[in-house]
Amino acid sequence: MKYEAVIGLEVHAQLLTASKAFCSCTTKFGNVPNSNTCPICLGMPGVLPVFNKRALEFTVRMALACNCTINEISRFARKNYYYPDLPKNYQISQYELPLAEHGWIEIDEGNGTKKIGITRIHMEEDAGKLIHDETKAYSYVDLNRTGVPLIEIVSEPDMRTPEEAAAYLKALHSILVYLEICDGNMEEGSFRCDANVSLRPHGSKGLGVKTELKNMNSFRNVQKALQYEIDRQNEALASGEVVVQETRLFDPSTGATSSMRSKEQAHDYRYFPDPDLLPLKVSAEFVEQVRSELPELPMQKRNRFVEQYQLPRYDADVLTSSRLLADFFEKTTALYPQAKTVSNWVMTELLRLMKAANEDNPSRRVSPEMLADLLQLMDKGVVSGKMAKTIFEEMYDTGRDASSIVKEKGLVQVSDEDELRSLVRKALAENPKEVAKYLSGKTQLLGHFVGLVMKATRGKANPAIVNKLLLEELGKKA
Amino acid sequence: MTELYEMTAWQLAEALEKGHTSSVDITRSVIKRIEAVEELIHAYVTAAPERALEMAKEADMKRARGASNKLLGIPIAIKDNMCMKGHRTSCGSRILSNFVPPYDATVVSAMKEAGMVILGSCNMDEFAMGSSTETSFWGPTRNPWDRDRTPGGSSGGSAAAVSAGEAVVSVGSDTGGSIRLPASFCGVCGMKPTYGAVSRYGLVAYASSLDQIGPFGKDVRDLALLLNVLCRHDPKDSTSVPRQHPDFTTVLDAPVAGMKIGLPREFFSKLDHPDVERVMKEAQRVFHGLGIRFVELSLPYLDYGIAAYYIIAPCEASSNLARYDGVKYGHRAADFSNMIDMYRYTRAEGFGAEVKRRIMLGTYALSSGYYDAYYLKAAKVRTLITQDFKAAFKKCDAILCPVAPTPPFKLGEKIDDPIQMYLTDVFTIPVNMAGLPGLSLPGGLSADGLPIGIQLIAPHFEEARLIQLGAAYQRETDHHLARPSI
Repeated sequence: MKYEAVIGLEVHAQLLTASKAFCSCTTKFGNVPNSNTCPICLGMPGVLPVFNKRALEFTVRMALACNCTINEISRFARKNYYYPDLPKNYQISQYELPLAEHGWIEIDEGNGTKKIGITRIHMEEDAGKLIHDETKAYSYVDLNRTGVPLIEIVSEPDMRTPEEAAAYLKALHSILVYLEICDGNMEEGSFRCDANVSLRPHGSKGLGVKTELKNMNSFRNVQKALQYEIDRQNEALASGEVVVQETRLFDPSTGATSSMRSKEQAHDYRYFPDPDLLPLKVSAEFVEQVRSELPELPMQKRNRFVEQYQLPRYDADVLTSSRLLADFFEKTTALYPQAKTVSNWVMTELLRLMKAANEDNPSRRVSPEMLADLLQLMDKGVVSGKMAKTIFEEMYDTGRDASSIVKEKGLVQVSDEDELRSLVRKALAENPKEVAKYLSGKTQLLGHFVGLVMKATRGKANPAIVNKLLLEELGKKA
Repeated sequence: MTELYEMTAWQLAEALEKGHTSSVDITRSVIKRIEAVEELIHAYVTAAPERALEMAKEADMKRARGASNKLLGIPIAIKDNMCMKGHRTSCGSRILSNFVPPYDATVVSAMKEAGMVILGSCNMDEFAMGSSTETSFWGPTRNPWDRDRTPGGSSGGSAAAVSAGEAVVSVGSDTGGSIRLPASFCGVCGMKPTYGAVSRYGLVAYASSLDQIGPFGKDVRDLALLLNVLCRHDPKDSTSVPRQHPDFTTVLDAPVAGMKIGLPREFFSKLDHPDVERVMKEAQRVFHGLGIRFVELSLPYLDYGIAAYYIIAPCEASSNLARYDGVKYGHRAADFSNMIDMYRYTRAEGFGAEVKRRIMLGTYALSSGYYDAYYLKAAKVRTLITQDFKAAFKKCDAILCPVAPTPPFKLGEKIDDPIQMYLTDVFTIPVNMAGLPGLSLPGGLSADGLPIGIQLIAPHFEEARLIQLGAAYQRETDHHLARPSI
């Protein structure tokens, strides 16, 4: 029998609020352990939570971007379980009445797009971190992250392949980053994903027994873990075994998943409404206010780029992969309206340099004005394309503008015909054998002559003019 | 001559204003009284006389500089579940027996702001779970009227302290009757304000949706003074209601003629103690004499109050008390071989029997598969009780009923029979379930000379109406002037 996979994802995204979800401690990453704490996030006796309005605003942004219905009244609930990184031994989360439900986002699929349903988006607080030192008989607890606001985005089981799952994850990631509510850093854990996967016979409507996969800290690992799990379940079913409902841990070093806990061992979280927090009312006015401030979303921007700038879909995809990059492109294009040229430069030169510098903000080193100036110098023939690339690298490294680099390095292109013609004549005069060969039909030697002139000018000769002059001079000899 | 410790806050405030005494003198008098009778009563877990004297000196200096608010320099005792920076706050439990909070509860800040002298923290049932102050890790408090009897609970220490003159006034917390019952048993006044009127920030939680802090005093006038300090919106408590509270002292002399008081049939039909019946009848006569009319009420859902309470409160408690695990503060078991054992031994050693019973009740009731049948059902009953009261208050301005079915019972009498102990709170629990304000007033003595309280209940945020009725009642009676002889 042929099986198809049914995949649903649960994504946790850390919100970029300045303070924690229920107290005023900073959320800054990397501070001295336990320094970002107060009696409230330490779960001292008698303390009470007060909800951070900013976290609500951020969640509403995401809910709107995912086309969700926002519940006018939602509730915080306590999820009860014991762990030393959870000082209250319960997590404030949402359960029966989440903030938002019934949404969807679109992902690219083949030539078209596919809608992936969003079951719910709810708010909760993060736990702290345990640090284990195997040489010691105890572990360390760092509660800096305790109480940092999170949202959990639960998808419908709408994905059928690991590729679709990765596309969905990337789309969510890109929306979160576009909305400026999450930094999307998977390695530091500010964007985390668990996956549910089951198999069912092709064409069947029912659902098979699912396993939950954990510990996948990159897009690639999510894809790898899902593929491994689909293969494993396929083999199990093919050999007549049953799939057991369980939670499985992905091991990035082996690419395999292994059983972590069975259904029977699953926690009973004993959810109930948190009596310390009133039902959360979200007014229609507040939602409309947030909606009016929503930025253009990645998919909308991509489509607009294709239409407005007549760019290939691929270019538009790359340029809109980050809001900063898209902004950079648009600003440059406003100054230098040849969109495809700008696109090429941004996609190849700028992205290459950014990647090398491990930088995600394109404007940190060069501005759109600087790139537009450079492209104009090229158009005017002041610099060649090749020189422009060298200059751009210099601009990126030093932050200086094109004209000053050109001036300082004497990089101005030699376009003076008289000067170049004498160099052309000299080159031909010094290489009579090659000239003879050329004249006897070996015309590919033209490149060799161009090279000689370029060498004589240390690369500054305008190649188009050199070409033209060579053809003229060689023509005289024929 | 009347000693300073015997006087009310109001009387002391007037003496202070006239310069007849000082806060230091008052505080010294109270400390002397504590030294004399504390051994017999055990009202305190942690008394801090030296710090109290420092606070008294400061209050006198403030007064010398012109400060003049009514409670400036008046000694008060808090309950051992209210956090005070640098002061051990154990909640009557071994598990917090070494816990010193790094912060002040909002009510403690308010007392300090008012310049009150904080004497120390009073004994209580462990985590406020109990009706007799016998479940305290520190041993029971004794009733000043009869030291073989309980002071009621859970705020037994706070009530006994005022009754025995070990504090001028005090505060307690009331989740199912924990202020009103000990007030009744100790012959003092106590009020549980509306849920949301007083900040819970810094009150070690038992059942968060029911807990409320309130005052104890020798008379209603003192309660009014304290309510002025306690009732205020606190942004640190999301369940604190933003509203303007009146000056409660302005209604102290207001007439009550023409008001209507409701008598719930379900409560009065349960009375089977002759002394309690007599006291209730006499109270009705007094109110009648004040020009008040009575209406008989039926509040059928009140009968389910205890059943629903013993689902909701333990559910919340099971979660609230989960944090006491030995990881961060408080007691930690000495011997364990792994983390789970550390949790288990710490909690097994740290909590007493009643607390464990309620943690288990709540954990069970919240478990998957039982939630709908227990928690959800109890929450619905709670709504029905609230609706019963709302309907009742369309017919009357306040409700009169007993505080407890009996006068104070003996130490040890009910401690091994949890159901009997729970039934003590049959008249007080519904008030918490509905979040209403309730006032407990001395209503007379039993044939054995033991105090019996009467209870007045008002609609949400009508504490002033309770003060008004209570003050009128005390103008006509002198039950509140009776003192135990120790």
